[in-house]
Amino acid sequence: MAVKGWIEVSDTYCKGCELCISACPQGVMELDMARLTPKGYHPAHTFKEGCTGCAICAIVCPDAAITVFRETTKAVPVPA
Amino acid sequence: MPKELWKGNEAIAEAAVRAGLEAYFGYPITPQTEILEFLSRRMPELGRSFVQAESELGAINMVYGAACTGVRVMSSSSSPGVSLMMEGLSYIAGTEIPAVLVNVMRGGPGLGNIAPAQSDYNQAVRGGGHGDYPRIVLAPASVQEAIDLMGLSFDLAEKYRMITMVILDGSVGQMMEPAEMPALKEIHRKGFDWATDGAMNRERRILSSIYLNPYDEEKTNLRLLKRWKDVQASEVRYKEYFLEDAKYIVIGFGTAGRVALSAVREARAQGIKVGLLRPITVSPFPHEVLDQLTGQAEAILVTEMNMGQMLDDVLLTVRGRVPVEFYGRPGGVVPFHDEILNEIHRLTSGTLAVRTDPRESWLTRMTAAS
Amino acid sequence: MATENLVYERPEAFTEMPTHYCPGCTHGVAHRLVAEVLEEMGVVNKTIGVAPVGCAVFAYNYFDTDFVEAPHGRAPAMATGIKRVLPDRVVFTYQGDGDLASIGMGEIVHAAARGENITVIFINNANYGMTGGQMAPTTLPGMKTTSSPNGRDVETQGYPIKMSEMLSTLEGTGYCVRRSLHDPKNIRLAKKAIRTAFETQVRGLGFAMVELLSTCPTNWGMTPVNSLKFVEEHMIPAFPLGDYKISDAIKQIKI
Repeated sequence: MAVKGWIEVSDTYCKGCELCISACPQGVMELDMARLTPKGYHPAHTFKEGCTGCAICAIVCPDAAITVFRETTKAVPVPA
Repeated sequence: MPKELWKGNEAIAEAAVRAGLEAYFGYPITPQTEILEFLSRRMPELGRSFVQAESELGAINMVYGAACTGVRVMSSSSSPGVSLMMEGLSYIAGTEIPAVLVNVMRGGPGLGNIAPAQSDYNQAVRGGGHGDYPRIVLAPASVQEAIDLMGLSFDLAEKYRMITMVILDGSVGQMMEPAEMPALKEIHRKGFDWATDGAMNRERRILSSIYLNPYDEEKTNLRLLKRWKDVQASEVRYKEYFLEDAKYIVIGFGTAGRVALSAVREARAQGIKVGLLRPITVSPFPHEVLDQLTGQAEAILVTEMNMGQMLDDVLLTVRGRVPVEFYGRPGGVVPFHDEILNEIHRLTSGTLAVRTDPRESWLTRMTAAS
Repeated sequence: MATENLVYERPEAFTEMPTHYCPGCTHGVAHRLVAEVLEEMGVVNKTIGVAPVGCAVFAYNYFDTDFVEAPHGRAPAMATGIKRVLPDRVVFTYQGDGDLASIGMGEIVHAAARGENITVIFINNANYGMTGGQMAPTTLPGMKTTSSPNGRDVETQGYPIKMSEMLSTLEGTGYCVRRSLHDPKNIRLAKKAIRTAFETQVRGLGFAMVELLSTCPTNWGMTPVNSLKFVEEHMIPAFPLGDYKISDAIKQIKI
């Protein structure tokens, strides 16, 4: 099963440049055309399931606007 | 300390070292190169920084960088090199940090020559770099005075967070005279609360000369002027010779003032009531004492090794109350004392009038003589 | 959010101020990588940055370190002055191509020749961004700018200057590489290079420069995404990525 992750995009920093959208390997990001940041940009967001928390969006983000999280995978004890 | 025989340029360098110079950045140019050469040996000997920069632009910006950390730093150059440093000087002024620059002036404009001159007075005193900024300018007339002023230059630069320039002509830089050097002091970094020396256990600091908002820049300009008023009130320095009963006043700085002193002494021996005012701070200019002297004077003679630059400061103070005459030797020529004595005799003739521009009659006499 | 879930967050070496850079400009990526490296090395509180003149003139607003702002092109000279009197601090310049390769050519060459222990981050985006997209020494042949409106004519306007290649010829240069910021893989490689360049400094191994091929979407007249493609398709062939000089001592550094 794929690792589950999620991101938070800061309205303070995001400028809607779309670099994260084209870089996202899962294709789960787009600009949120329903919202504007205080500076007047449509911010990026995930619009569907599938984020793995790979952080590639954060790596290409020129504004350090993205915080990335990933569900912790607990080690399942192997039966003896 | 006993007196020793010191060459002007080397004395300046050693005096700076003894005043706590931590870093020197320079570039060779005659007639100041001995400062660079001397410090290339002396600074590493003491574990201090010396860099021969790629250009005067490089040198002054190394000074700028080191000055941002709050250490005592200087450069030296001669006229064409100082012109190249004007960019850095303006930035240093705008950043409000202390730095010392020595200009051993030579004949100009352009490449000019390497003979002693005082033709960078306006560049030093009025600014030279872009923007509106005051700076302190000291003008020694002897090796001893140059030594004494080096320590003062760092003190003033730090006290007022301002550039201090020491301007002298090539003859003071090149001459050898007996002089007394102060003791070598240990360096104590002062930990200024503006210095960018790494934000250890404190808020970070930024040093820049940029104020994008014009109102902030205006405020900065006014702050600089207010600080300059303090400098004017407290830091004016000059030497007075035979002025108490003088009816005729000679004014000259640096070497021109020194040559004038010989002429004044001789005139005194001839019974002429003449005295000499020799500004040591040409910026701030000693307007107040000159104002008082104007009250007792029948005529004033300004003598410089240029085409009349300090003359404008004198005219500003005298404001047409008494005749002001000018005698200059530009282009790298040093006047002889008898030339100035002749001028003193002209002062006493009683036929002088107040003129708009004293350079005119001087130019007529100069061109007629040649 | 629980910290154990955290994969990536904005580096603490950044201040809270949003940058003034245009959307999609890779200056921001370069800034972030420097901030991350300073943080990872634990040197934020002993770093002094030197900002240039150009788009990065306000770099001092974004890093949580001491900063000074240099005259155009003079950052390596200022950095020299700082580093010489404070040799135990970390000193870096951040310069664009107009600043470093044109007006500041003398300063950068001699800082490298002297082997100054400073780190230089060199942003090559083939034009003067701040003044509105004029021709830079790095502008590609044929590339249109506001001061080469018919495309850079090499007959009259010369050829691009390859700084990494030039500086790698100097003995004082310890580390000199060219990287690109056009995709995640190359950004990772750029970060590693920046880390090595700072490690070079703290070990006193000489002058270190990382040239970063960057974008200027606004002045290139392209979307940010197309700008990255332009870097890949046009800039990399003209400015090949690679290690132009890594001294033997620096090769031993393990990161």
